[in-house]
Amino acid sequence: MTQPLLKVEHLTMRFGGLVAVNDVSFDAKASQITAVIGPNGAGKTTVFNCIAGFYKPTVGRLTLTNNGTPHLLERMSGNDIAGKARVARTFQNIRLFPKMTVLENLIVAQHNKLMRASGFTLLGLFGWPGYSKAEAEAVDLARYWLERTNLTDVADEVAGSLPYGGQRRLEIARAMCTEPVLLCLDEPAAGLNPRESADLNTLLRFIRDEHKCGVLLIEHDMSVVMQISDHVIVLDYGRKIADGPPDAVRNDPKVIAAYLGEPEDSAVAQGGV
Amino acid sequence: MIGGALEYFLQQLINGLTLGAVYALIAIGYTMVYGIIGMINFAHGEIYMIGAFIAVITFSILGIVGVTWVPLALLIVLIVSMIITGLYGWTVERIAYRPLRGSFRLAPLISAIGMSIFLQNYVQIAQGAKIKPLQPMIRGGIELIKGETFSVTISYLQLIIMAMTLVLMLGFSYLISATPLGRAQRACEQDRTMASLLGVNADRTISLTFVLGAVLAAVAGVMVSLYYGVVDFYIGFLAGLKAFTAAVLGGIGSLPGAMLGGLLIGLIEAFWSAYFSIEYKDVAVFTILVVVLIFRPTGLLGRPEVEKV
Repeated sequence: MTQPLLKVEHLTMRFGGLVAVNDVSFDAKASQITAVIGPNGAGKTTVFNCIAGFYKPTVGRLTLTNNGTPHLLERMSGNDIAGKARVARTFQNIRLFPKMTVLENLIVAQHNKLMRASGFTLLGLFGWPGYSKAEAEAVDLARYWLERTNLTDVADEVAGSLPYGGQRRLEIARAMCTEPVLLCLDEPAAGLNPRESADLNTLLRFIRDEHKCGVLLIEHDMSVVMQISDHVIVLDYGRKIADGPPDAVRNDPKVIAAYLGEPEDSAVAQGGV
Repeated sequence: MIGGALEYFLQQLINGLTLGAVYALIAIGYTMVYGIIGMINFAHGEIYMIGAFIAVITFSILGIVGVTWVPLALLIVLIVSMIITGLYGWTVERIAYRPLRGSFRLAPLISAIGMSIFLQNYVQIAQGAKIKPLQPMIRGGIELIKGETFSVTISYLQLIIMAMTLVLMLGFSYLISATPLGRAQRACEQDRTMASLLGVNADRTISLTFVLGAVLAAVAGVMVSLYYGVVDFYIGFLAGLKAFTAAVLGGIGSLPGAMLGGLLIGLIEAFWSAYFSIEYKDVAVFTILVVVLIFRPTGLLGRPEVEKV
């Protein structure tokens, strides 16, 4: 069996006496959507923050295998995780560059490529031909994702002025402009209406199928999770309580207990999640 | 005197604009650093002073070596001063500010004041406390209006200062708005963590911001050493405070604000000296700082939503 894209082993994160994540292990594969679900405070975002380099895990190993090269994420700085291991993430509360235009937001995401092509800006100032070519390519990639996320019409508007749904899509487009092998989305459907939510599903499937990108998803919206996930991991109080395909997880008594409380008779369990 | 009043006014306008150009160059260093890490770099005036000293030293070395053709000498001095001062800017950030980045808000500010005192003393010890004179090299000028009592002239040096400032400002605006480095700087200014998650090396971007500020201060230093013909280890203090005032007046964090603020401070200083009293010109400038801080803390072009410090 080939090495999974992301292998999380015995991840534990303590904040003082509080154990936010306790001995969690799971795999995420390329070209698959892996959902991490769980009640509020289960430690989902903490897992994400460890993967993206926001937190240094107390215990555990996070191996990302990119083109056969393993990267140990827990030892890398935030910008190396993005630049070398190629992990991109979005946030529950949107974090765009609100005063830059939509297009600029996407071009900043290709910073390293452009910085190298422009000889750290110096050569670019003097019209180095390699730089104009790299810049044109960067704009092309940005346009490609603008089209995919339905933002072409607002490319030159200031990102902060977009409506909420547009900002969410822009955040995903920006993450994809870093050309990641693993895309981590923290509640991408939060605050979206049913139509926008359906569009999001289409977009995520497209990213999975066309770009062979692994997607790791935190989501509360069960319709999103059950429709598009290939693999679901359930956390509760920092522990992994279930791991498997959506249908199996949906009917797992432990998951039902975590979401609905302990059933007094088994009839409650049939109600589903 | 009535016949010469207009000429006198025009002459002060030219002097004020020259002075303002120099302040604007220094003010950009304050405003950029504030924009990106929300800190006032109080050692920036000393960086400018070091730029002026390197100019004087390089001019003397070139004199000994025998490079006397003024345009070539000026070019070499500018490049040498920009490079070495840029290195000073980088070093100051690396040793005095970066280790304190995660620390409480006042720590880098105190470190900056310490750095400022250190650099003054370092230059005083290394170069001596005496004023260093510089032979005037670019003489002459253009007589714009020949009046009976008063002639309006603009010296070649004033022209060079204004032209150079204009070119640097335009180049700089382009750098910030349309190059990868400028985009990274704006991204770091708006959300540093997010920028680094997109692969931008935030530490390096901040270092380069310090280097760019120091390079502009070096140009100001070269220009001032030529304009006044003297430098000493203490010039950075007052010039730094005035440039800081200019940055606050224009709206700290705003690049066009720093340019506008610099020019206004230069003009105010020149006109106050000309029409009221030369002794109180610094009082006039710092009164403006106080008035701006009271009535319009965001400055002329500042954005009210900026909430740093």
